[in-house]
Amino acid sequence: MSSTTELLKGAAELFPGEVVTQAHVRHLDLPAGAGRFALITLDNGLDHTKPTTFGPQSLANLNAAVDQVEKEAAEGAITGIGITGKPFIFAVGADLKGVELLKNHDDALAIGKGGHDVFRRLSGLAVPTFAYYNGAAMGGGVEVGLHCSYRTVSKALPAFSLPEVFLGLVPGWGGCALLPNLIGADRAVSVIIENSLNQNRQLKGKQVFELGIADALFEGADFLEQSLIWTANVLNGTVTVERPEVDRGDAWDQAVARGKAIADSKVHGAAPAAYRALDIIAAAKDGDLGAGFDAEDRALADLIMGGELRSGIYSFNLVQKRAKRPAGAPDKALARPVTKVGVVGAGLMASQLALLFLRRLEVPVVLTDIDQERVDKGVGYVHAEIEKLLGKGRINQDKANRLKALVTGVLDKAEGFSDADFIIEAVFEEIGVKQQVFAEVEAVAPAHAILATNTSSLSVTEMASKLKHPERVVGFHFFNPVAILPLLEIVRGEQTDDASLATAFGVARKLKKTAVLVKDAPAFVVNRILTRFMGEIQNVIDEGTPVEAAEKAIEPLGLPMSPLVLLELVGPAIGLHVSETLNRAFPDRFTVSENLAAVVKAGKRGFYVYDSGKPELDPEVAALLKQGDVVLSEEQVRDRVLDAVAQEIGLMLDEGVVAEAQDIDLCLITGAGWPFHLGGITPYLDREGVSERVNGKKFLAQGVASVPA
Amino acid sequence: MPRTIRDVVFVDGVRTPFGKAGPKGIYHETRADDLVVKAIRELLRRNPALDPAKIDEVAIAATTQIGDQGLTLGRTAGILAGLPQSVPGYSIDRMCAGALTAVTSTAGSIAFGAYDVVVAGGVEHMGRHPMGEGVDPNPRFVSEKLVDESALFMGMTAENLHDRYPQITKLRADEYAVRSQEKAAKAYANGKIQQDLVPISVRRTNAEAGETGWGLVTADEPMRPGTTLESLAGLKTPFRAHGRVTAGNAAGLNDGATASLLAAEDVARELGLPVKMRLVSYAFAGVEPEVMGYGPIPSTEKALAKAGLSIGDIGLFEINEAFAVQVLAFLDHYGIADDDARVNQYGGAIAYGHPLASSGVRLMTQLARQFEEQPEVRYGLTTMCVGFGMGATVIWENPHFDKADGGNK
Repeated sequence: MSSTTELLKGAAELFPGEVVTQAHVRHLDLPAGAGRFALITLDNGLDHTKPTTFGPQSLANLNAAVDQVEKEAAEGAITGIGITGKPFIFAVGADLKGVELLKNHDDALAIGKGGHDVFRRLSGLAVPTFAYYNGAAMGGGVEVGLHCSYRTVSKALPAFSLPEVFLGLVPGWGGCALLPNLIGADRAVSVIIENSLNQNRQLKGKQVFELGIADALFEGADFLEQSLIWTANVLNGTVTVERPEVDRGDAWDQAVARGKAIADSKVHGAAPAAYRALDIIAAAKDGDLGAGFDAEDRALADLIMGGELRSGIYSFNLVQKRAKRPAGAPDKALARPVTKVGVVGAGLMASQLALLFLRRLEVPVVLTDIDQERVDKGVGYVHAEIEKLLGKGRINQDKANRLKALVTGVLDKAEGFSDADFIIEAVFEEIGVKQQVFAEVEAVAPAHAILATNTSSLSVTEMASKLKHPERVVGFHFFNPVAILPLLEIVRGEQTDDASLATAFGVARKLKKTAVLVKDAPAFVVNRILTRFMGEIQNVIDEGTPVEAAEKAIEPLGLPMSPLVLLELVGPAIGLHVSETLNRAFPDRFTVSENLAAVVKAGKRGFYVYDSGKPELDPEVAALLKQGDVVLSEEQVRDRVLDAVAQEIGLMLDEGVVAEAQDIDLCLITGAGWPFHLGGITPYLDREGVSERVNGKKFLAQGVASVPA
Repeated sequence: MPRTIRDVVFVDGVRTPFGKAGPKGIYHETRADDLVVKAIRELLRRNPALDPAKIDEVAIAATTQIGDQGLTLGRTAGILAGLPQSVPGYSIDRMCAGALTAVTSTAGSIAFGAYDVVVAGGVEHMGRHPMGEGVDPNPRFVSEKLVDESALFMGMTAENLHDRYPQITKLRADEYAVRSQEKAAKAYANGKIQQDLVPISVRRTNAEAGETGWGLVTADEPMRPGTTLESLAGLKTPFRAHGRVTAGNAAGLNDGATASLLAAEDVARELGLPVKMRLVSYAFAGVEPEVMGYGPIPSTEKALAKAGLSIGDIGLFEINEAFAVQVLAFLDHYGIADDDARVNQYGGAIAYGHPLASSGVRLMTQLARQFEEQPEVRYGLTTMCVGFGMGATVIWENPHFDKADGGNK
């Protein structure tokens, strides 16, 4: 195994900052006289908040441990070998920091091969091997266990996944080849493709067992003891492990086809990882693991050197790290406590906000509106939603009682807001109305209360301008659906003070939202970029490119939905309104489409009808469109649109709308659902050469979301 | 209301292997509450006929009720063990007789009719909680000479007992200790002990203590098979210069936990639970704290009297071996030979260890096994000395007793 040692040594030199995992070998006597046993514990020496990972040195350590137990097994000194993790963690796979540092195909190939070379030894020893999934297991952590002869899993295991495809990789240390051969292709597709592409959905211990990945399931309280007793029984022959026969017929091909359909619906062919994984799963049908492992190595190396994975890791770091430490947020210590929340308005948006504040803050929430009927309707909505949560078992009766008692509605703002610490308005999107509302609120609210606005396009500074205390006005812009999209744009008006801003960030954290600090600029971040993006598509259509062709030109990006489907979701009227606002601010770049105006005027809810099950241009809309005669190719359309987006982002960064391009991407990922493989958008614009073409430079330095120089 | 006293039976008992306290001990990185939890879970696994919801009480003893031995262990261990929330629990303390008292207290409540089925046990992690941790003795003990200053140091009380009984020499104590080790080794060889041990997974991160990573403990760590008189002769006498008490003729400082299942006999029969011993009587007694090792004598007198039995009726003895001298004082009192076959057939705490508040149930579990094997024996007793001058005795009847097979012993 000296070649493995050499390989890993070389890789370790590339990654001096690795948090190294030790592979401790400890011997024990199995119960029931089942003999001497070697148990390998994977442990990085840190507590459970720093999960165990595999970098090159870690793999080398595991390799050395396998050297030791291999010898003992060959000599007959042990009857079996086990592998488990430190408390609460089994192992969570490859260390992504190490992957980011890889600069060339050969090094990338070496890391894939290094992992394989070490892991696959566990299936070729003179005694059986057992993996005990005691805690969180992901990626390479799952895979090291798949190479073992048997597996047990803890009922307390909270998270188990092969998240590689989610990031832009394939499970490349055996996962693609081994899993379908263990549990069948269909279940493997669920784990490798479906879960991964559904926001990296995690399995719990019980599901790991039910899927057939583990042979036995034990409770957390004495998981390792029971696993070792079970091991003894397996070795003694008193327990026989039976696994259902894997269907290698049509079911296998159907599973792969199902995986392709899932991938198409999620990434629309725009990111290669899922398809590479499916190719390997398809080829694994013949059970040739060696060929499968080689294919995994090649796929890993190709993907590691590709922009989609680099963008994926960049995106992952944005939502995992940057989202938790918002750039430019003031000192947390300045934040004031929020013990009561007021909501101005009791319409649908206001009611949704009331529900969110209620559930996350668990403080009194008061809704106000202009008549009792609206107020009652708002409170009724919140109560009904609480009942739904109760019905689903998400909350218990006590919690439901508590939450219902906390939400009230009044007509009189003075009565409702006199002791509120945080008051948010969600009234009609019209500056005069909002100014009027804030003036009324200021007259009755405590001096320290934050006045927040959920405006999507109006100026926060202007809204605050007529108040006695404009320093406490903050923009608090949620994205629809409020319960699902994580983004919250927190807008600092010209006079907003640090304490108010810190309070707003504190509330955002409690709401479990991804808060991004945004300057008070027209339409802030997401709506500005989306409007420019949609506006350019609309321009192209208005100039003469057929609707279908314009839409098709955007498909290679793999966005969650096509531009016109998104317009339908937002509502053409709102889309038109925002484009008008931005047109007033930036008339040279934002147009107001006469065709869109006509569609809105006709009262159409969208461009498409779905009578055939698929979106088709509504003939009534088609009749309304007045198009020119310039028909662009798909590539021309794409260039026009991406150039516009790159230009707009460049200008926004120049204006200081956000601190860095990273914040733009974080907004697009969490507020518009733009995909990881685009990195939001700036890594994609950089790697496709758009940024340089439009702005003369890239948005991100080499290596930030790309292969380092 | 009319009331009938019910018979109480010992259904089953298990324990963790015992460990040596201290940084190199097997349980150094294992929590005390986890030891109890695993013992309770093993008890339930071994008795699948028992619906856990039928457990009326969980009484867990610990001497030092701090940290992982605090927080009302009986309740918290029950929750951690996965018992239904409806099952209550409490903590109990009578130092070394903690688990024994957990048994007698809950047994009394069963007899009274308050409970049908209980879990009673104890734990002491003397590595994490050294004897005397956090104690704050009232200064009046000394200023008013309420107790001798040696009363707080168990080894010194053992030396005091040697003073009281000059015929109990260091040689007799060492000889007793060697026999205890021999009997324990034999019991292990015959598989008498392992059947009631629950394996415990243990983590080690300190390489100085041995191989690191997760391991599994399946045997008692303190045992020293092959101990000889010669090897004991040279040991230091840490409690007194030229004294008699050594690490060799006393129990060590240990970590471990025990748990037992008790039930009203009619309930046990109805549920199909095993009946391993039937409770006859129990008693506690106080003696001068500076000779606490004398305690088992008056407590046994009381327990025998309550049962209407004499010492001659007792066919098997399980005496906790905190110190050899304390066992020998008991045997001398009753005129029983040092090597009498009825006494500690599987060896005792000198070999296995004595994690204070856990030990009482170990004695019972071992007596129960001996009852099974010896149906000719009708009565047995478990007894132990207790800090601050106490003794504790429980007398048990063998449900397997067969008159045809033997006498009235």
